Amino acid sequence: MSEAAMHKPEKIRCDACPVMCYIARGQAGACDRYANHDGELVRVDPLLVLERARAEAHVVPFFSGEEASWQGDIISPGDTFVTAVGAGTTYPDYKPAPFIVSQEIEGVDMVTVVTEGIFSYCGVKVKVDTDRHLGPECAAVRADGEQVGHVTTAEYGSQMLSLGGVRHLTGGSKKEGRVTCDMLMNLCNGEPVEFSIDGGSSIVVAANQAPVINGVAEERMRVGCGSATIGMFARQWHGLVDEVVVVDDHITGVLSEHQAGKVLGIEETGIRIKGRRSTPGRYFQVAEPGTGWGGTDISDPLTILDPFNPKVAKPGLRLLMVSTTGEQSGYYVLDDELKPVEQELPAALKPSVERIAENCEPALSTVLFMAGAGGSLRAGATENPVKLTRSVKDMLTYVSCGGAPAYVWPGGGITFMADVSAMPKKAFGYVPTPAIVAPIEFTMRREDYAALGGHMGAIVEASEALMKAGRRESGHGQSAWPTARRHYRWGQDGGGTP
Amino acid sequence: MNAPVAAFLPGGRRLHLQHGPIDLIIEAWGGAAERDRAHRAAIARFDTILNELVAELALLRRPCPPSGLAVKGVVARRMFAAVQPFAADGLFVTPMAAVAGAVAEEVLDHMLSAADLDKAYVNNGGDIALHLGEGERFDVAMIALDAMPADGGRVTIEAGDPVRGIATSGRHGRSISLGIADSVTVLAQSAAMADAAATLIANAVDLPGHPAVMRQSATSVRHDSDLGERLVVTGLGALTRNEIDAALGRGLAAAVDMRAAGRIAAAALFLRGRSMVAEAVGRGATCRLPGALQVDGLEAIPA
Repeated sequence: MSEAAMHKPEKIRCDACPVMCYIARGQAGACDRYANHDGELVRVDPLLVLERARAEAHVVPFFSGEEASWQGDIISPGDTFVTAVGAGTTYPDYKPAPFIVSQEIEGVDMVTVVTEGIFSYCGVKVKVDTDRHLGPECAAVRADGEQVGHVTTAEYGSQMLSLGGVRHLTGGSKKEGRVTCDMLMNLCNGEPVEFSIDGGSSIVVAANQAPVINGVAEERMRVGCGSATIGMFARQWHGLVDEVVVVDDHITGVLSEHQAGKVLGIEETGIRIKGRRSTPGRYFQVAEPGTGWGGTDISDPLTILDPFNPKVAKPGLRLLMVSTTGEQSGYYVLDDELKPVEQELPAALKPSVERIAENCEPALSTVLFMAGAGGSLRAGATENPVKLTRSVKDMLTYVSCGGAPAYVWPGGGITFMADVSAMPKKAFGYVPTPAIVAPIEFTMRREDYAALGGHMGAIVEASEALMKAGRRESGHGQSAWPTARRHYRWGQDGGGTP
Repeated sequence: MNAPVAAFLPGGRRLHLQHGPIDLIIEAWGGAAERDRAHRAAIARFDTILNELVAELALLRRPCPPSGLAVKGVVARRMFAAVQPFAADGLFVTPMAAVAGAVAEEVLDHMLSAADLDKAYVNNGGDIALHLGEGERFDVAMIALDAMPADGGRVTIEAGDPVRGIATSGRHGRSISLGIADSVTVLAQSAAMADAAATLIANAVDLPGHPAVMRQSATSVRHDSDLGERLVVTGLGALTRNEIDAALGRGLAAAVDMRAAGRIAAAALFLRGRSMVAEAVGRGATCRLPGALQVDGLEAIPA
């Protein structure tokens, strides 16, 4: 028992209905729907219902007055989607079983197989929007001292991390597996997780929130690389300043040498940049990677400059240096010895620096859950598991993860990725294996379900499932709704969403 | 706090009402206007039923005294009336043994006083209150709940039968049981009576002291259980055929006594794929098991 759990009361009071059961730890209430799991009230049946945003109320308040109008159909199943999100399979009496729900969507009988999968083959891909150096490619990413993943490629304005996976879950030490499992569940449930990267930074990641790098929250995602920034803003700088350097660890841009500057007729300034010149106005490796200006390790931008060329440069030359997010900037004027001297940024230039910042998107960490639906999970849907795989590949079956769209990777098996922030809260659980418990739904036409050997006898009507729903949440955008016709091969001619 | 909810099941015939631990499935036959009135009456009555029970819950969870329990609620009084005869016999029983049947009965009564129906039922999680107009009949399938639910035969109740309640109890349902029966289905004059009797017969299907029967105090399963510190069955190991029949026989004896006292019409008991039936001989409800030997209703019938 964790220390936190020890401080929680032995009995909790359930307020889900007027019975107000006191439920002891490990026990369920009178309804068998709510239970006390380590001092927390949890729902023990695996039903969470998503409601389509456009729909009217699906469960209206219970009416007792004669004057109330009787609608006849209080719950409208067509605008609801039963997800596989449950209370977690750690509850001892809870046995994950597929829930097979049917509903009619605009004249088409649809079936959704709802189950909570237990995934050993799973992990997350994290995209951290930052220019700052998190660590070298392939460096170990650690949580609680254990390696739980590694740094992978740098992408546009961001750094990718690959975390979890079967080798950390079950291939390492017992502690490595447990820490990896905790980390995955917390990240997928939207909780912040702290990582340290070998030879790099410490970082706190939470899905859809700004990353915190070495204790500082990242605000902005770069507007572009240094060279692109020059291209975007050259016109706004023209006439107000003689030279602009956009400092970037990847590609530092120099206005007077850049194609954009040439087009505007900006004259040479005699500036000399450290690092390796790539093409005119574009420099690589102007400094070491770090958490300073533009993802470099510098805090004084002048350190990337060599002395100005005295044959070209003139005293009084005006120089703006700015980072790719507009967070840092400096304005300099060359003195008689052609040395840049910092001065206050002229009011006329401020808008251009602010414009860079304005054009930056908020920096986020985004988390995609990636997992493979294995044999036993597919067997919960059909007696002939490979037929489910084929049905998915044939676009007859749509895969969603807690109602969120899942991208199914081409090739063998059902290996999918889904954005955890598009899923309902607390959609993920774990089992001590260690493995992650995640919701997965397969939706298809009733006849397609029959054709793949589905458990037709186990189908229940959606309105029944809705009665049992413990939570109702608003679903994400309509276009991604799991029963939308366009997801299916048969629905693509004639188009439209139901 | 979740309020009561109502929904029609697909097809628009069956009404589902749910509040907290109570789930009712209701179906009525008759003219459209009558059915509509009945549905409204059911909904109106259901609105407050759980709150009424909760108000007297502490008393309803206590062992029933042999006479004179001071409960006010209409449903609570139905519960007391159903269990009181058994308490008077000296059996341990709380009014909660009849709660499901009593709720079903109460809702059905309100439907019938609001509307003229040919036939109706209120099914409260397997405890069913019935209305049968002249010439009507009701067919219900029993399921022998075990690891694999199996067809437990069918029951047909006709308007002339003295049966308006059907209830099923056992250790696989939501309630916890003192006995080892997979399920016991009882036909009785009222749903509350059937409910109480099914609970008690299921308790009687037992093998006291047998090592294969795992027991724990009821409070360790559900700390506010009305069964208190009594040992409830939490698991069952392998049993021989003779042991199964011996356990069923104990339950059958209890059922036969109840039938003789006029409290139930029939009972079907199921354990590990075997079953026994106590049924009324001659006129009255009949209960047929697949492949069963047609023997005098007072004797054990191997399925």
